[in-house]
Amino acid sequence: MLEVKNLSASVDGKEILNGLDLAMGTGEVHAIMGPNGSGKSTLAYVLAGRDGYEVTGGSVTYMGSDLLAMNAETRAAEGVFLAFQYPVEIPGVSSMNFLKTAFNSVRVAKGDEPMDAMDFLKFVREKTKTLDISDDMLKRAVNVGFSGGEKKRNEVLQMAVLNPALAILDETDSGLDVDALRIVGEGVTGLRTPNNSMLVITHYQRLLDYIVPDHVHVLAGGRIVKSGGKELALELEENGYAEYSAEAA
Amino acid sequence: MPAVIETVEQVASVAEQKYKYGFVTDIDTDTAPKGLSEDIVRFISAKKDEPEWLLEWRLKAYRHWLTMTEPNWAMVGYPAIDYQDAYYYSAPKSGDDGPDSLEDVDPELLRTYEKLGIPLYEQEVLAGVKNVAVDAVFDSVSVATTFKSTLAEHGVIFCPISEAVREHPELVQKYMGSVVPYSDNYFATLNSAVFTDGSFVFIPKGVRCPMELSTYFRINAANTGQFERTLIIAEDGAYVSYLEGCTAPMRDENQLHAAVVELVAMDDAEIKYSTVQNWYPGDENGVGGIYNFVTKRGACRGRDSKISWTQVETGSAITWKYPSCILQGDNSVGEFYSVAITNNYQQADTGTKMIHLGKNTSSRIISKGISAGKSQATYRGLVKMMPGAQGARNHTQCDSLLIGKECGAHTVPYIESRNPSAKVEHEATTSKIAEDQMFYCRQRGLSEEEAVALIVNGFCREVLQELPMEFAVEAQKLVGISLEGSVG
Repeated sequence: MLEVKNLSASVDGKEILNGLDLAMGTGEVHAIMGPNGSGKSTLAYVLAGRDGYEVTGGSVTYMGSDLLAMNAETRAAEGVFLAFQYPVEIPGVSSMNFLKTAFNSVRVAKGDEPMDAMDFLKFVREKTKTLDISDDMLKRAVNVGFSGGEKKRNEVLQMAVLNPALAILDETDSGLDVDALRIVGEGVTGLRTPNNSMLVITHYQRLLDYIVPDHVHVLAGGRIVKSGGKELALELEENGYAEYSAEAA
Repeated sequence: MPAVIETVEQVASVAEQKYKYGFVTDIDTDTAPKGLSEDIVRFISAKKDEPEWLLEWRLKAYRHWLTMTEPNWAMVGYPAIDYQDAYYYSAPKSGDDGPDSLEDVDPELLRTYEKLGIPLYEQEVLAGVKNVAVDAVFDSVSVATTFKSTLAEHGVIFCPISEAVREHPELVQKYMGSVVPYSDNYFATLNSAVFTDGSFVFIPKGVRCPMELSTYFRINAANTGQFERTLIIAEDGAYVSYLEGCTAPMRDENQLHAAVVELVAMDDAEIKYSTVQNWYPGDENGVGGIYNFVTKRGACRGRDSKISWTQVETGSAITWKYPSCILQGDNSVGEFYSVAITNNYQQADTGTKMIHLGKNTSSRIISKGISAGKSQATYRGLVKMMPGAQGARNHTQCDSLLIGKECGAHTVPYIESRNPSAKVEHEATTSKIAEDQMFYCRQRGLSEEEAVALIVNGFCREVLQELPMEFAVEAQKLVGISLEGSVG
C-alpha cells in the first residue's frame, strides 16, 4: 500500500524529517506516536502534498506509483485522505455542498458520472447516523462555529463519504472529551475494512483503545526510532517519550 | 448538481476563447453616421418616430451635455474617450417599425440569442423550468419581447421603451427623467440625448407581476455605443422582479455603454431589480472591453415601499455604477446587494447611494468585492440621513477578497447624518483566500480552480441568495469563469 523510504523533508529551510522509513500493508492500521516537534504533522502534510513542505530526499511509493509526483488533488482522487488536526473553516459554503463537491470531484477524476443531489443526500444520511451528525450541521458552513467535537466528527464524515484507501488521521483525538472521543473512535473503526489502511498520528494511547493498531511506531527527531505491536503504545503511555527525546537530540 | 464542477467544465470548454459570448453576428445593419451632433440626436428621434416633446427633451439634454465635463473622481483610469469616434445608432435591418412577430426577425439574430441561451420562443420557455418574459435589445433596438399578451391579461405593460413612447406616451412623459433628470450627470445626460432603446415596465395598482421580467442587452456592432434606458413603475401595492443580463463581442477597441435605469415604487409597492453584468472585460493584457458608465436610481415614493438592487458584476473593462435608492416614503426600504469581480486589468468603481428622506426609512448594503490579477476594485457608497429621516437606520457591510499580489481593493464610504435619531452602521473587512483553505479543498479532491470557485461562491453567498432562483445558478458559474486563470 505505502512504502516510505529514507524520506527527508524541510519547512522554511528547516529539516524536519530526516531519513524516515515506513512500510504499510493493505488493511493495516499503523499508529505513529511521538513527542511534540518530532515531525508527526509534517509527515502527514508531506504525504498529502501540502505546498511549502519540501521533500529533500527519499521516496514514497503508494500502490505502485510515485506519490510525491502527484499534486494534492490527484492524491485525494487516488484515495489518500488526511483528517486534519485543525479542520479549516470555509464561510458561506454549507458542509453538504462541500461534501458533494468533493465527492463528485473525486468521481469525475476517476472518470465516473457525478452523483445527483437526491441520491447524494440519501447516501450521506446513511453515513451521518453513526456519527451523530444532524441535518442542521450539514446546512451550516464548513467548520464555522463548530465545536471541537463537531469539527472532528465532520472530518470522519468526510472520510466516510470519500471512502479512502489510505486515511491519515492527524491527532484526531486532540480537543475531544470522553464522549466525543468514543463517537469519533468508533466512527473511524467502523470504516476499517481489509482493503483500506490507516495511519493514526497521536500523542496518546486513548484513541488506540478504539482504533486498535497492528503496528506502533515512535517518531523522534524526524525518523522512526522504534517500532512494535500495540503494546508499545501502552508502554509509551506509562513511560513517556523521555528516552526518545534524548535519542533524537 | 454541483455548480463548481459545471463551472470547471465550462471553463475548460471555453479555454480557447475565454469569454464565451465574444462572437460577432454578421448581420445587415442600419447605422447612423459616425459622431455626435444635434443632427444625430434628431436622426435617432426621427428613426424612432418620436413625438415633438421627446425630441425637445433630447435636445435640451444634448445642449446641457456640451456644457459638462467628464467626471474624474472615480478610481478608474482610461484614455480619453473620443465621443466623435463612435456610432450612436445601429439597428439590424428588418423594417423601420421593428418586427411584429418572431417570424419577421432575421434568422441570424434568432441564432444569436439561441447561442446566448436566451429564450425568445414562448413555447420553449414554457417547456423549460424558466418562466420568464424576455425583452431582447440588440445594439440600438429591441428585437423581441415575449409573453406580452399573458402579461397584458394582468394589466402589466412590458415592452421596448420606444414602443411605450408611442403606445403609452402619458406614462412615459410623466415618469421619464423624474428619478434621473436629464441634467443629472455627464453620462446620464449623454444617455438622455441619444438613448436608443431599453425596456418599459408598468405594474398597475395591486398587481403582483405573474412572472419574472428580464431584459437581455447585446452589443454587436463595432465602434457603437449602447445607450439604453429602462423605466419601471410599480403602482400602489404592486410587485415586480426584474432581471437584466448583458454580453458583447470580443473586440480590441473599447466600447462605451452608458445606460440609465429609473425605478418608481408607490405606496406598498416592491421592485426587485437584479443584474448579471457580463460585458466583454477585455483580454488578459487589458486590450478591449466595455466602458460601463451606468446611472441606476430608484425612488421609493410611497410609504412602506421597497426597492432592492442585486448585482453581479463580472464584465466590463471599466465599471462606474452606483445603483441608488431615494427613500422618500415613510417606512420605505432600500437594499443593495453587490458582488463585483475584477480580474486581469479590469477596474471597477461601484457602490450605492441611500438617501433617507422619510421617517423610519431603512437601508441595507452588502457589498462583496473580489479582485484578482492586476485589477482594482473600489466600493464607493453614500448614506445620507436628511433632517426629516426620524428613526432612520442603515447597515452597511463591505467585504473585499484579494486573490494574488498585484490587485487592489479600496473602500470609500461617505456618511452624512443630519438627524440625531438616525442610526448608521458600517462594517468592512479585507481578506485573502487562505493557503489552508486551498489545501483543505484540494486535499478533498478539488482542483485549484474548483477550490477558488467554491471559496469565492461562499464569500458571495449572502448576495447570490438574493438573486431569483433561476439566475443564482448561472451567477455561481459566472463567478468561477470570471476568476479563471487567477490562481497558479
